[in-house]
Amino acid sequence: MAETFFLPQASLDALFAALAKDGRRILAPTDRDGRTELNPVASFQEVAADYIQTILSAKEAAFPKVERLMTFTLGAKAVDLKDAEPHAEPTVLFGVRPCEASGFGALDAVFNWDTRDRFFNARMEALAIIGVGCTKKDDACFCTSVGGGPGSTRGSDILLTPVEGGFLAEVLTPKGRAMVALAPGAFQPDPGLEKKVVEVPVAFDQPGLTRRLKDRFEDGIWMEQSLRCVGCGACAYVCPTCVCFDIVEEADAKGGHRLRTWDSCGGPMFTLHASGHNPRETQAQRWRQRVYHKFSYYPERYDMLGCVGCGKCTRACPVDMNLQEHLAEAAQA
Amino acid sequence: MDLREKARQLLESGEVKAVIGYEKGTMGARRPVFVKKAERADRLVLDGDCAQNLATYLTRPEIRKLGRVAITAGPDALRAILQLMAERQIEEENLLALAGDGTVELASAQAIEEHLALAPKELPARDRELLERLGKMDRAERWAFWQKELSRCVKCYACRNSCPMCYCGHCTMDCNRPQWVPVASHALGNLEYHMVRAMHLAGRCVECGDCGRACPVGIPIHLLTFNCEESVHQQFGQRAGASSRLDYALSTFRPDDKESFIR
Repeated sequence: MAETFFLPQASLDALFAALAKDGRRILAPTDRDGRTELNPVASFQEVAADYIQTILSAKEAAFPKVERLMTFTLGAKAVDLKDAEPHAEPTVLFGVRPCEASGFGALDAVFNWDTRDRFFNARMEALAIIGVGCTKKDDACFCTSVGGGPGSTRGSDILLTPVEGGFLAEVLTPKGRAMVALAPGAFQPDPGLEKKVVEVPVAFDQPGLTRRLKDRFEDGIWMEQSLRCVGCGACAYVCPTCVCFDIVEEADAKGGHRLRTWDSCGGPMFTLHASGHNPRETQAQRWRQRVYHKFSYYPERYDMLGCVGCGKCTRACPVDMNLQEHLAEAAQA
Repeated sequence: MDLREKARQLLESGEVKAVIGYEKGTMGARRPVFVKKAERADRLVLDGDCAQNLATYLTRPEIRKLGRVAITAGPDALRAILQLMAERQIEEENLLALAGDGTVELASAQAIEEHLALAPKELPARDRELLERLGKMDRAERWAFWQKELSRCVKCYACRNSCPMCYCGHCTMDCNRPQWVPVASHALGNLEYHMVRAMHLAGRCVECGDCGRACPVGIPIHLLTFNCEESVHQQFGQRAGASSRLDYALSTFRPDDKESFIR
C-alpha cells in the first residue's frame, strides 16, 4: 500500500536540492527551442510548465542510444580485450508520464530474459522515477487500451498527481521512500486529497486484438496499412519499449570499441542474413512484425504487452502511421 | 469537376490503378492515402495543409507493382518527378500528375516542365531567413549551431526515408562491408551522416523540405541540402527538378572544361 503525502509546489526546490546534494542527476522535461525534451535540471523552475510528453522517451536513461560494451587494442602478438564499465550515474527521472514509467518493465523483460544485461541493470539500479500523472492528453494517447492509465502507479517510485497548490504524492517503493527521507520537510501529511487525472477512453479491445493476431499473420491488412510507411525508425527510436539494438565495432589499425546502438525492426537491414536472404523483405512484413512483437510475442513470452500506449510513435511519424487506429482496425474481423 | 470526381473517373475507366493523394489524419493532419477503388475516392482531400511530397512513393517497389498511378502533385512534387525522370527512376507512361486543384492532368514530362515554368522555385520566407542568418555567421558560430542541432539526431533516418530523391535500394549509410559511416548516433556519426546526405543531394535536392518536416526531434535538416542546392544554382545557374533530361551540374562533364584538375 502506498503512503500518500501532500507535496506543496513550494517544496519542490527543496526536494530537487536534496536530491542534488545526494549526488543525483535530475532529468526532467524542459522546453528548449520550442521542443519538449528530457534534460538535466538544477531546479524546478527549469521544468517545462506545460507538456503532454517529451518527444523522445525516457528509456535513454537505462538504454542509451549508444553504449560502449568493450574496448580492444591490437598488440604485437595478441589482442587485448577490456570490458567497458557501465556509466550509471545516480539519476532521478522527474515528471515522466505513467505510460513512460511503466515502459521500463518492457525493457527489463528483454534485458533480463536470459542473460542479465549488466549495462541495463546498472543503470536501472541507479535510477529512480518520480512520475507525474496526466491532467491533459491528446488524440495519440491510448494508455487505457493497453492496461495503463493516466494515474497508473506502475513503474514509478513516487507518483505525483497535480492538485491545488502542489501534488498528491504516492510513495510506492523503497527507492521512493529513500527520496522522501532525503527531504523529509518537503512532504506533508495527506489531508485526504482526491486524485484527479484526465480521462482517456478505451480505443480498442486489446485482449481481443491479441487473440485475433493469432490467425491474422497472412492477411492483406498489413500490406494495406503499411503502404504509406516510409520505413524509417522514428517510431522505434521514440518508443519507450522498443528495445532493438545493433552491435557494431568502430576500429582503426590499433584497436577500437564495440558499441551497442539503437536499431529498428522497421529497416530492411535488421533481419538481413549474411547469406543475402532476408526473411522480412517487404515493408508490410516489417510493419506486421512491429505490431506482432508488441501485441502477440510479448504477451506470449513475457506475459505483458510491448506497448504502453504513450502515442509517441504516432506523434513522431512523418506520415501519420497512427498506431491506435491501426490496432483498432486489426482487432476487428 | 473536383479531385474526387476526377479520381473516380480515372479509376473507373482503368486509366490508373491507384490515385496517390492525401486524406485526413490524426488531429486534423493530412497524410498520404492510396486509393485503388473508385468508391474510396471520397477520402481524398487537397488543401493548404497537404504538405508532404508524395513523389517519394513513386520509386517504392510496392507502389511500382500497382501499375500506372495518378498522384496529386504540388510544384515540389512535380520537380521531384522531373528529377526522378532525369535519373531514370520513373517512366512517363506509368504516371499521371494531378496538379493545381487536383484536376489539371499532366501526363508527360513536357507538360510538367511547361506547368512548372509558370511558377519558378522560391524558398519559403522562414527558410530563406534561416539560411541568411546562417550565412552571416562565422565558421565557429555555424559549427556551434550545427553541433547543437545535430546532437539531437537519433539516426532514425526519417529524413532520408522521406526524401523523394533518396531512393537507393542499398544506402551508403547501411553499407557494413566495409562500414563507410558510423552507425552510432554519436557526434561523429551524426555529423558524417548529415554531411554525406547533403553532398549526395547537392544539385539533386528539389527543396521540398520534407526531410526537415519528417525529423521527429525537429532538426532543421533541410537547410543543409537547401544550402548546397542554392550554391549549385548560384554557381552553375541550374536547379534540380527543372527538366527531365539529365543535365545537371554535378553529373555532367565536358572535355573542354576550363578547370585543369578534371583532365
